[in-house]
Amino acid sequence: MVEILALLADGFGIALQPLNLILIVLGCSVGLFIGAMPGLGSVNGVAILLPLTFVVPPASAIIFLAALYYGAMYGGAISSIMLGIPGASTAVATTFDGRPLALQGLADKALITAATASFVGGTISVILFTLAAPPLAHVALVFGPPETLALMLLAFATFVGLGGDDIWKTIFSICIGLVLAAVGTDIVSGEPRLQLFGLTGFFSNINFLVLAIGIYGIGEMLWTIEQTAKAGGASMLSRATVSVRRVLAHLRDQLTLWKATLMGSLLGYFVGILPAAGATPGSMMAYGVAKQLSANPDSFGKGNPEGVSAPEAANNAASTGSMLPMLTLGIPGSPTTAILLGGMVIWGLEPGPQLFVDEKAFVWGLIASLYAANLFALLLNLTFIPAFIAVLRLPFTILAPVIFVLCLVGGYAPTNRMFDVWLILVFGFVGYLLRKLDYPLAPAVLAIVLGPMTEPALRQSLLMSGGDLAIFFTRPYSGPIMVVAIALLALPLIRRLVRRFRTG
Amino acid sequence: MSVRFAEIVMACVMAAFSVYLMWKSAELNIGWIEDEGPGGGAWPFWLSAVMLLSCAGIAWNWWRRSTPLARSTEPFIGSAALRIVLQVVVLLTVVVALFDVIGTYCALFLFMLVYLAVIGSHRLPVALAWAVTTPVVTFLFFEILIKVILPKGVTEPLFYPIFRFFGMGGI
Repeated sequence: MVEILALLADGFGIALQPLNLILIVLGCSVGLFIGAMPGLGSVNGVAILLPLTFVVPPASAIIFLAALYYGAMYGGAISSIMLGIPGASTAVATTFDGRPLALQGLADKALITAATASFVGGTISVILFTLAAPPLAHVALVFGPPETLALMLLAFATFVGLGGDDIWKTIFSICIGLVLAAVGTDIVSGEPRLQLFGLTGFFSNINFLVLAIGIYGIGEMLWTIEQTAKAGGASMLSRATVSVRRVLAHLRDQLTLWKATLMGSLLGYFVGILPAAGATPGSMMAYGVAKQLSANPDSFGKGNPEGVSAPEAANNAASTGSMLPMLTLGIPGSPTTAILLGGMVIWGLEPGPQLFVDEKAFVWGLIASLYAANLFALLLNLTFIPAFIAVLRLPFTILAPVIFVLCLVGGYAPTNRMFDVWLILVFGFVGYLLRKLDYPLAPAVLAIVLGPMTEPALRQSLLMSGGDLAIFFTRPYSGPIMVVAIALLALPLIRRLVRRFRTG
Repeated sequence: MSVRFAEIVMACVMAAFSVYLMWKSAELNIGWIEDEGPGGGAWPFWLSAVMLLSCAGIAWNWWRRSTPLARSTEPFIGSAALRIVLQVVVLLTVVVALFDVIGTYCALFLFMLVYLAVIGSHRLPVALAWAVTTPVVTFLFFEILIKVILPKGVTEPLFYPIFRFFGMGGI
């Protein structure tokens, strides 16, 4: 415990350096902005802006992106409440009660509830994170290839078991991501592999950012353009009256919401830790549970502040929670952390438990920055609510081309290859079509990040055992993880059988 | 084209792609090599096989009409939405093709101008202001701040004086 506090103090020494402090404030602001824009969420922001962070040292880069991740969780609520359109998928549940509050002239109350609940959720989970990370990393230090493979399988299995999307499409998405990660050279023999269509560009690996920017940048923008064309470009911005007296009164009211906020924080944290789950299901679940626990569940959906505080606490808590497996085990807890993980590899850091031994400054600087980011996001949010509302008035036809430019140029920057820019366009267009047909694409991005770790883990394990698959089930850590993973993979089948049995 | 029709077309295209990937993977050893473990092609080969299986599963659901998409008779994309999406895709393709010819910055200028003036129907001064600002900010950030050299095509010599101004004469 004392040791953790000492490490955390060192971390604050790093997080509070002038450069990092500026990056935290900048990251929070950009995140708030991106989160507030309909159609863009933390994952889009992190994917599009990651190439821009090569200018600063890795610790500062991840501090910036983590602050952006955090800010986006706050920002998503702004457009959910003011426009009735979720700023990000993580803020969908916030619209259910946030929008009715705004229509009743209580937009400021909804915004303040969202901001304070986000702060509480973020703070509780970052404290839990600080306590849980070192022991978990300690356990993970004994992990060998079979354990790594079991963890990877667990990450993919949660998508299949808990994802809620079409199972065949989820499996397809995972496999295509893993195959794309295998393009380039065979890691063991060094032979060229999968030179698709004979193009020389495929002689080297496909950078995960190419897929991430394609899907979350180009694809997402095409999707949003289509949606706005359908809606006729109508904007339904609510009016918000803000005064100091009203703000103070609303802040006092927050105390009555403690139950929903606390529940949302804890639920969000634990859902966030699960690979593949992340902040969106976390906030949805928190909304559902808050409704069940509430004294008057009937008022939900009609402007109950509890319906704002629970999901907002949960999405911030989940965003912190999802960094726990990323840092300690090297597997991401959400699509956004998958991209952060890929970034760490680019920065020359080996994600996983060894980080806690070799890169103490990096890890603890990041953890300390989460405390700071939380505070700054709250302050920025409360101070600049009117400014963010003004930003929401910026026409989408100006914002969209600016984001396209960032995608194209940002996609060129990591590798300096025009081939990658073309690939981004192809992935973006195909991703857009697949998304229209409800193919989940987050698993593909997760898979292309995890692919380069999954394949060697599998091959080394099989080499250790001479081709015997039993090695995954007989070791003390990998065995139970494999069992859980297989149970998750079988979950949809079991569910279907139960349903068939019930209906007779 | 209805959503239902698009669903099966996509499943068939992806199935064909899966078969192509299996065939491509099989260029390397997909079996077991003594003392080396699985061959280099085994991992992508079996993953592609699972992709093919998933496409078969999607087609099976389509045949039985057991998912909402497989039952939907709505159009896959409305004509107004199709027009604007196609405009954007064509514009993006042309702009990327121009990167190597007239250089990134001129291409970005044209992109912003066309996007704002034609697709966004903004007034010309607004479109021009964004079209000039975007490449300038991009240049300052990428080339000057983070030293990423973007393709310049035939406009390359025009940049020599600018680099000299920033003390980067050598490039």
